[in-house]
Amino acid sequence: MLSYVIRRLAVAIPTILLLIVACFFLMHLAPGGPFTSERPLPPAVLANIEAQYGLDQPLWKQLWDYLANIVLHFDFGPSFVQKDRSVNDIIANGFPISLTYGGLSFLAATVLGAGLGVLAAIRHNSWIDYGAVSLGIAAQALPNFIMGPILILVFTLWLGLLPGGGWNGGQWQYLVMPVIALATSYIGSIARITRSSMLEVMNSNFIRTARAKGLPERTILWRHAMKPTLMPVVSYLGPVFVYVLTGSVFVDLYFSTGGLGADYVSSALTRDYAVLLGVTILYGTLTVLVNLATDLAYAWLDPRIRY
Amino acid sequence: MTRLTRSALAALLSSAALFAALPAGAQDTHPETGEALAADQVFTYRLLDNVSSLDPQIVEDVDGSDVVRDLFEGLMNQDAQGNLVPGVATGYEVSDDRKTYTFTLREDAVWSDGEPVTAGDFVYAWRRAADPATASPYQWFVELMSLENAGAIVAGEMAPDQLGVSAPDDRTLEVRLSEPLPYFPQMTTHSTTFPTPQRVIEEHGSEWTRPENIVSNGAYVLTEYSPGERIVRERNEAYWNNAETIIDRVVALVINDENVALTRYLAGELDRTEVPAGQFPRLSQERPDEAISFPRLCNYYYTFNLSESGPEAFKDPRVRKALSLAVDRDIIVNNVKAGGEPPAYTFTPEAVAGFTPPETEMAGMTQAERDEMAKELLAEAGYGPDNPLSFDMIYNTDEAHEKIAVVLSQMWKQKLGVQATLANMEWKVFLDTRGQQDFEMARGAWCGDYNEASTFLDLLDSASGYNDGKYNNPEYDALIEQAKTAEDTTPLYTQAEQIIAEDMPVIPIYHYAGVYMLDSDVGGWPVDNVEQNWYSRELYKKAE
Amino acid sequence: MFGTSPKTAELAADISDFEAVRGRSLLRDGMDRFLRNKAAMASLVLLSAIVLFVLIGPLFAQYANDEIDWARMADIRGQGAPSIATGHYFGLDELGRDLYARVIQATRTSLLVGLIGAAMALVVGTAWGVIAGFYGGRLDSVMMRVVDILLAIPLTLVLILILVIAGRSFVALFVALGAVSWLTMSRIVRGQTLALRSREFVEAARAGGVSQPKIILRHILPNLAGVVIVYASLLVPEMILAESFISFLGLGISEPHTSLGRLIAEGAGTMAYGTIWQLLIPLFFYVAIIVTMFFIGDGLRDALDPKDR
Repeated sequence: MLSYVIRRLAVAIPTILLLIVACFFLMHLAPGGPFTSERPLPPAVLANIEAQYGLDQPLWKQLWDYLANIVLHFDFGPSFVQKDRSVNDIIANGFPISLTYGGLSFLAATVLGAGLGVLAAIRHNSWIDYGAVSLGIAAQALPNFIMGPILILVFTLWLGLLPGGGWNGGQWQYLVMPVIALATSYIGSIARITRSSMLEVMNSNFIRTARAKGLPERTILWRHAMKPTLMPVVSYLGPVFVYVLTGSVFVDLYFSTGGLGADYVSSALTRDYAVLLGVTILYGTLTVLVNLATDLAYAWLDPRIRY
Repeated sequence: MTRLTRSALAALLSSAALFAALPAGAQDTHPETGEALAADQVFTYRLLDNVSSLDPQIVEDVDGSDVVRDLFEGLMNQDAQGNLVPGVATGYEVSDDRKTYTFTLREDAVWSDGEPVTAGDFVYAWRRAADPATASPYQWFVELMSLENAGAIVAGEMAPDQLGVSAPDDRTLEVRLSEPLPYFPQMTTHSTTFPTPQRVIEEHGSEWTRPENIVSNGAYVLTEYSPGERIVRERNEAYWNNAETIIDRVVALVINDENVALTRYLAGELDRTEVPAGQFPRLSQERPDEAISFPRLCNYYYTFNLSESGPEAFKDPRVRKALSLAVDRDIIVNNVKAGGEPPAYTFTPEAVAGFTPPETEMAGMTQAERDEMAKELLAEAGYGPDNPLSFDMIYNTDEAHEKIAVVLSQMWKQKLGVQATLANMEWKVFLDTRGQQDFEMARGAWCGDYNEASTFLDLLDSASGYNDGKYNNPEYDALIEQAKTAEDTTPLYTQAEQIIAEDMPVIPIYHYAGVYMLDSDVGGWPVDNVEQNWYSRELYKKAE
Repeated sequence: MFGTSPKTAELAADISDFEAVRGRSLLRDGMDRFLRNKAAMASLVLLSAIVLFVLIGPLFAQYANDEIDWARMADIRGQGAPSIATGHYFGLDELGRDLYARVIQATRTSLLVGLIGAAMALVVGTAWGVIAGFYGGRLDSVMMRVVDILLAIPLTLVLILILVIAGRSFVALFVALGAVSWLTMSRIVRGQTLALRSREFVEAARAGGVSQPKIILRHILPNLAGVVIVYASLLVPEMILAESFISFLGLGISEPHTSLGRLIAEGAGTMAYGTIWQLLIPLFFYVAIIVTMFFIGDGLRDALDPKDR
């Protein structure tokens, strides 16, 4: 197992390198640049700015300098759009915020979603099942972009209970709405995958055997059925975890949390090359690590899986 | 005296001082209007997005400039009407050839760290703005100011210290222009010309604008900057005119969605926010004291592609005119925007100083007459039911732009049988496409850099880098050239607009209005300043 | 010999003809089970009703979907509410266009987008995941690292490039949707396949000399069906919403055409301003599609599960 982990981590480096190269060239292929604006800059001014940011160099040279700066100084360069800030600064500022509300949302969605799913499966075709299913659908049916404005309308304008946005160092009042908005969009999906997976497991031969042996239902559920049930759930949770941690753009935009999600999308739209690459590298590293964790979770959930 | 009694006395004194200070604030009245002032002088407003920078020489967005204008102070300021008033300079003298300006700086201007503001700080800042190494997107502004050698410095052919600005002594700033420029003093209210502290920039490099490093000379200092969330600035006790500042604290909250911003305004979290398109009539009915609208120096238009790559049909002025005539601008300003925007029949907004719009044929007609004429013109040009005109129109993705594009295409379809296909694009793709003349008709908008018609009319000059439609009329170019040195520019600009009305290289749709919800307890908002250069120190909160 | 009676002969043929037994039992059993599932059948009826509405609804429309009602556009809040009298059964949108015609057109687009997007994810994601999971080893490693990279490349960038290369078209929209959707599906399928390939029945088939493609088709895929179908039905709403973002970038459909995602977004923006029908009506169709998809997906899962007989 340890050698497997080491192998995977060794593969991670070329994977991320490949990601950087792919992203770098895709980025430069996209029309427009960071300094394209409604009022085009005079050529001399544009040349000065591009020289300052090294954009006048051939692409391979830019890529090389970029990589060298990361390896030698752990410096991901300056933002081309928020000109007072560096990419390190933007990530150092936004990531902890995304991590806080993202982690809480992930926890809430996983616990509630898996709970509802298991409940629905063991009470298959009962009112609990239908209730849990309806709840899941209801949560999923409200897309993020309606959840945000509705929550603010209700909690801020009508009830006057919570501030309509901001972060303020992560005080709980500022966390409630982002977590609700982000978690609800996953509770439904997690519940459904858990439910269907559990139904499948409960119908399988080894559970029947266990039942035939007369084991109590509770033991069957926890000792035998739980682990295989979680297999597809874990596959689904991997990408969700990364997505939630890098911040949801909707949350950042509606609740002004200042997380990384807004930077991720806006850097692509404004062609803020350095920020886009920096956040992508963070995102890619997380993806690789989370997928490794998922694969390890597989082996734990199903001992027959060998790598 | 024992230590105990001394500290007890000190405590007594300080609590007495505190006691005295508190009610004094609450009882204050505004020195000019006499209105009672609120105890809590905090102004909170909505910011659309993160600012581009807080560095005066580098900032390029309007919101960022608003913050910088509070933090720093230039030679001159604007009053509530947009007139020049003294800033760091108490005044200036112009030489007889109108090419040398001598500004006298006030004695009591200091930086927030107590150092005096000197003429050298301005020299440093202006050279810095022109220096290619600063990579300021506003280098062109230094060229526009016509400072001696500015062009050569920006092009990298001359060292920045050759710029036509010098400090004979700490209180005198001498500026040499390459040619007379009537509105030069107005330009010293722009953030690019604000002084910056050399010692701080050299010590902290690109991190000098952080709250813990920044040193500024304006009425406020930066105390908190949380990107994506808020920017807080607080009263600068060292500011020379601090006694007249009323607002203690200004909070700018980043709220991306205008509808959410309005909700938070209604919940009392904001003192100012923008009104979403179409909501002004309802809000001004429900809250007449708070919904305000005033003209701005911006236009909104669609441009024809008149270059080689443009469609043949648009080369015929009759077609262009017909399309422009068929646009019912009243519907757009009354029903779509509905924020008090004036309909546009000229390219230059009427609110621009020294501009008199020409008496165009179109402005005088009723919409029914215009529609009739449009049909005739289009038929003359050879387009009709047998040979329908069709083209693509591009705009960048945005709800307001989309609404206008839809309405335009429907007007043309229903009145003229013209088939306009809509295509929205992501912003940078749109700019790239439009800049390469890879379109048939495209949306455009322009905000004036200064309060003068040339800032708009230059756009249609055949040599302009902003002329995306590639309109080319030598007669028009000649007029614009002539206006640069003319004593009285008003008739020239009117004449230029007359040519636009005949050639119709663009379809002006409307001119912008500032449409805000502004809490009724906020006083001093400069609604008459068409450039909307506002200063927090001029505002105040009335007692409820 | 007692094996000569026609009945036994038939029975014997049935037993030896593995194909026939499986084919009949799996499909017919599944069908029967599906028909017995009340929730699934009700959903199927409702979904058919929506499809039917999309097809014949336009016959009753009084206005075209791009036509602006100039007389009423000045006062949408007062005169734009749903009404039989005005002929605007679903009311007007912010610009004074008939919401009835627009909802029909939007539902058609969104149904197509949701189904085709999910189908592409189903096909590509399942194929990729099964191959990676079943063959394992270096192939698995390479294929999954490709997924890692694709998951991490900013979607916005990929979509903008598709727009530049392919231009605005319906095909480009589906390529974009496909590009968005199959990655997570492939990871789920691979995870399940990893677990399945070491199970007794697969080992048995392998020992029995069954070819690998045949094992995948016969033993792996049927056992994947449950999870795959449920996840695909989860993808439908995601696709419907993804379309509005893709359109934002200029890649999807363009005005005057619209989609449910965009109608909902527009309605949500103005929900506090007294025109709530602009949100509720498209939201109703969207929720109806999601709910029916869920129960149909669930019914299919129950019906196709090879263990659940």
